[in-house]
Amino acid sequence: MLKVSGLSKRFRGLVAVKDVSFDIKRNEIVALIGPNGAGKTTCFNLIAGALKPSSGSVFLDGEDITGRAPERIAVRGLVRTFQIVRPMRGMTVLENVMMGAFAQTSDVAVAADIAAKAISRIGLSAKANDLASSLTLPDLKMLELARALAASPRVLLLDEVMAGLRPAERERIASIVRELHAGGMTVLLIEHVMRVVMALAGRVIVLHHGEKLAEGTPAEIGANPKVIESYLGTKTKLA
Amino acid sequence: MRPPALSRWPALAFFAAMAAAGPLMDSFWQSLLTLVFFYAYMGLSWNLMMSAGLLSLGHALFLGVGAYATAVLIAAAGLDPWLSLAAGAFLAAMVGSALTWLGARFSVRGVHFALLTIAFAELFRVLFDNWELVGGTGGFFLKAINPETNRPLATLRGGTLFFYLAFLSATAGAYFIIGRLMASRWGYRWRGLHADEDAARALGVPALQSKVLVVAISAGLAGVGGGLFGLMQGSLFPDSVMGVRVSIDILIAPIIGGLGSLFGPIIGAFFVVPLMEFSNVLAQRIGFFGLNTLINGMLILAVITFLPDGLWPRLIALARFRSSARCSK
Repeated sequence: MLKVSGLSKRFRGLVAVKDVSFDIKRNEIVALIGPNGAGKTTCFNLIAGALKPSSGSVFLDGEDITGRAPERIAVRGLVRTFQIVRPMRGMTVLENVMMGAFAQTSDVAVAADIAAKAISRIGLSAKANDLASSLTLPDLKMLELARALAASPRVLLLDEVMAGLRPAERERIASIVRELHAGGMTVLLIEHVMRVVMALAGRVIVLHHGEKLAEGTPAEIGANPKVIESYLGTKTKLA
Repeated sequence: MRPPALSRWPALAFFAAMAAAGPLMDSFWQSLLTLVFFYAYMGLSWNLMMSAGLLSLGHALFLGVGAYATAVLIAAAGLDPWLSLAAGAFLAAMVGSALTWLGARFSVRGVHFALLTIAFAELFRVLFDNWELVGGTGGFFLKAINPETNRPLATLRGGTLFFYLAFLSATAGAYFIIGRLMASRWGYRWRGLHADEDAARALGVPALQSKVLVVAISAGLAGVGGGLFGLMQGSLFPDSVMGVRVSIDILIAPIIGGLGSLFGPIIGAFFVVPLMEFSNVLAQRIGFFGLNTLINGMLILAVITFLPDGLWPRLIALARFRSSARCSK
């Protein structure tokens, strides 16, 4: 479904991502983990078209999307959320989510309908007509997710959607992700909350200093000595 | 700029009342309000680009291209005035599209895009200064028409009442067209790009296409305004239709009236233009040259300091407050 091969990104002298390859199958949930600065978000930016790779390629459903404009990749069915929330502050929650829905329809009423459904799914209906600038951080995280859903992606890239949330809110997002998975969605997520990663992901890819350190099931990763040393630490409890 | 929350009837009533009042006014008021609607119209066009976050500091470029194209096609090529006006709008839209495409191609954003608009406007001004075919710095002149035999709707030229009604209709037309656009998918996309371009693109908003479209429409509208302006003046000089001063004059009304609202530029023009005119007269009467510029500058400073959202949102808020106060009595 999503195939990344030999992906590299250099910023002047710094190599942020180095020769990363992985293959995500349809309807998988894969987690991308690693310490801060490991190149996870850069990887997302390269896949979603926000940055052009220095070398390597990205395939979506067999189609080469390397270096395409982000909007073209989004309408092809790969949609990402931002780690640092990027709401359109002067617009309402509904209008924000409609922005995603316009990828599917040019009709404003239909877009509003799609957006309202996405908002109700993430439980933000009561605030649909509030300005995005008035939302709290947890709500803004939900808004990121709703916007991405309204664009009806086939592959969803979630960049730390649970960071900064309380356990109950995390659980809500986790259950939405499980629902999407049950509905056939393919999900690639960056997450630091290991408990969530281990519970959600079928497969884990570990990045370290821009390179792929390991790949495997959550259990394999949890037992991998290299991963424990560089990232998880010896005392991390893995649920 | 959000789509208007009010129904279209108050605006329609306003434009109809202004049209009906036209013949009742003397020529002084007709010319003053012609200028008001000229700046209201240009402000609407400027504000449309601003809705997508594109700051135009060279809007005179589109005005000038429309003005010259219309006048030259009528005078030198003998083309039908209406067709000439449409051609002027088309050419202005093309110039706007080219500018925007170039800017987007090289990722020119924000304030740098604004600088690009100035650069383009100045480039064209210098070009026209040196283009003998259109008169260069000496200007381009339309032949005088005989008011006895003139049919304004065929020649698009006439007296003060004709141009008053022309700019009033243009303003009304632009108001409703822009209102429709802002309520469409494109309007949402423009606002999304304005709020956060990267986030909008990540959701599938086609940035280049959206920007080229909004600038083409804005420039086309400005081209029509320029065409009518040239026909009204009867003479065109590069500096007086394409100069930086013209670009600045265009953006004062929408800024004072309120950037975020559709009606803002109209309110702004009603406030700014008479004030300019009266301060001009005052400056001449008391022999204090530069007084008008001083008043102009102080006014903009005052609005930016005390009413950063402009006059229109404040008026709306005031009206709401009044009506709710009345209800509670």
